[in-house]
Amino acid sequence: MLMGDKGKYIGIVMGLTFASLIMTQQPAIFMGLMSRSYSFITDVGLPDIWVMDEKVQFIDDIKSLQDTELYRVRGVSGVEWAMPMYKGMQKARMSDGTFQNCTVIGLDDTTLIGAPAVLIEGKLNDLRRSDSVIVDFDGANEKLAKPPLIEGGKKIPLKVGDTLELNDKRAFVVGIAKVTRTFQSQPTIYTTYSRAKIYAPRERKLLSFVLVKAKAGQNIQELTKRIHANTGLAAYTQQEFMDLTFNYFMKNTGIPINFGISITLGFIVGAAIAGQTFYNFTLENLRQFGVLKAMGTSNWTLLRMILLQAILVGSTGYGMGVGLTALFGYAMRNSILAFKFPWQLLIFSGLGVSFICMFAALISILKVIRLEPAIVFKS
Amino acid sequence: MNIAVRCENLIKTYDTGGQKVTALNSVNLEIRLAELIMLVGPSGCGKTTLISVIAGILDQDAGLCELFGENLLTMKSKDKLRFRASQIGFVFQAFNLLPSLNAAENVSVPLIINGEKRGVAQKKAIDVLERVGLGERWKSFPSQLSGGQQQRVAIARALIHSPRLIVCDEPTSALDHASGHNIMNLLKEVAVDENRALVIVTHDSRIFNFADRMAEMDDGHIVKISEPLRTA
Repeated sequence: MLMGDKGKYIGIVMGLTFASLIMTQQPAIFMGLMSRSYSFITDVGLPDIWVMDEKVQFIDDIKSLQDTELYRVRGVSGVEWAMPMYKGMQKARMSDGTFQNCTVIGLDDTTLIGAPAVLIEGKLNDLRRSDSVIVDFDGANEKLAKPPLIEGGKKIPLKVGDTLELNDKRAFVVGIAKVTRTFQSQPTIYTTYSRAKIYAPRERKLLSFVLVKAKAGQNIQELTKRIHANTGLAAYTQQEFMDLTFNYFMKNTGIPINFGISITLGFIVGAAIAGQTFYNFTLENLRQFGVLKAMGTSNWTLLRMILLQAILVGSTGYGMGVGLTALFGYAMRNSILAFKFPWQLLIFSGLGVSFICMFAALISILKVIRLEPAIVFKS
Repeated sequence: MNIAVRCENLIKTYDTGGQKVTALNSVNLEIRLAELIMLVGPSGCGKTTLISVIAGILDQDAGLCELFGENLLTMKSKDKLRFRASQIGFVFQAFNLLPSLNAAENVSVPLIINGEKRGVAQKKAIDVLERVGLGERWKSFPSQLSGGQQQRVAIARALIHSPRLIVCDEPTSALDHASGHNIMNLLKEVAVDENRALVIVTHDSRIFNFADRMAEMDDGHIVKISEPLRTA
């Protein structure tokens, strides 16, 4: 019946498509954004445990330690190795004289543990050359890129062989790395720990994290407790540190509320459009339902007819919404926009659209069940 | 003589905004098999209420209404639905065809309600459409048919499951004189047979002479039952 009324059918499908799109696309952006909050931790994949000051609340909340803490951690039994890491914000001066805030990462001079896994240009070993740095690909192409030669032209990406200045000291680019974008989307510059300390403003404490590998067979949870007990420092597994960071952003930023409002609005608007149109359709076809009732159709059959139509428009709208979200994600894959589309989101929006359809069908079903078939004889 | 419908002392009242309106006031009527009976009378006299009770889609407050010896009031609702689906055919003033179904699909609806398979029902529907002169238009949708053609489809729908009672509500009032006349001829020709009765509610005096009997109603009563004068 509904398929016969093209206007209403398209109206309901559009409403559900909109709801499905909002309920999938907005959470996908939210998930993408939130996953960026801990992307640096996942990129540094090798260590089992991150050790830091007890007051650290998330990955960018640096409360530096004294270098001696590194040796204390190394002295804890069950530790295979422990390496220093510097992480701090510094201003990079580019060749045209402009400045750009960057995240500088200092890696252990000998092992370079914590270095990016994928180098697009250059070699990791070149980081041992004097003044050398590795810059992340997105930073090199966007914020650290050089101005175009002609006005209105394309920026010229930073490349191997170019130089920057960090705290008035020369930084020579020896590599371009592919890393996951971070929440702040600042360019990331990798160098050695000792050189990072030179670039950093003079401070008594400069050690941001100690990266720990547990000995084979060592229970990692027990080791974190032992490190904490022996050193007084906070020690988290990689997952715990990701959770700490994620929870900090959830509790202390307006991001979840903003996205929550968008998703709720999408749900309400979708439910209102689909529910209203579906109900109107039922009202307009009340006489037809009455005819079917008079001819001996049971309420159960009419209920199934309405449910089938609700399922039909629901699955069409859901499919279109999810498809549009996937297209959106594909179109934005190389942009700065955060987007993560795990399978759980399909279930989330599927449940949302199902709820809207059930709501729309329910108000129609109640009307049809209460309908007196004698209506068919009223002109 | 076989009786299709027997109504004895039927009473039906409606509560309209706290005021009770008696639509049927001790109605007594017998409808015989193989006859075409017309219910006539002014608006609000109770004709529609009476056919609704006879067709089992409205319960009376008091009195007896038997269809082929069955008292619908005492039937379980499931059995009543089944009885209605198998024993009664409907033709409405506004045709009430489903706009998204073609003629054959519309006609096959009663068979599908009675559990027939879709393919078989469709085949039978095309046969019945041929009987009403629309065999070649079975694929047409209601919006592609004239008023007279739509009423023919409605008649085919009322006939397809071989019901023993056909209830028609103003079947010609939405049609011009010639189409109305053709529809009545068709009803007489294909709907009336020895195992079936036809009840027609109408205001259209142009078709009175098609009736075997006429029951005149007024103010909830049947005031007169007569046979129409037939012109040669």
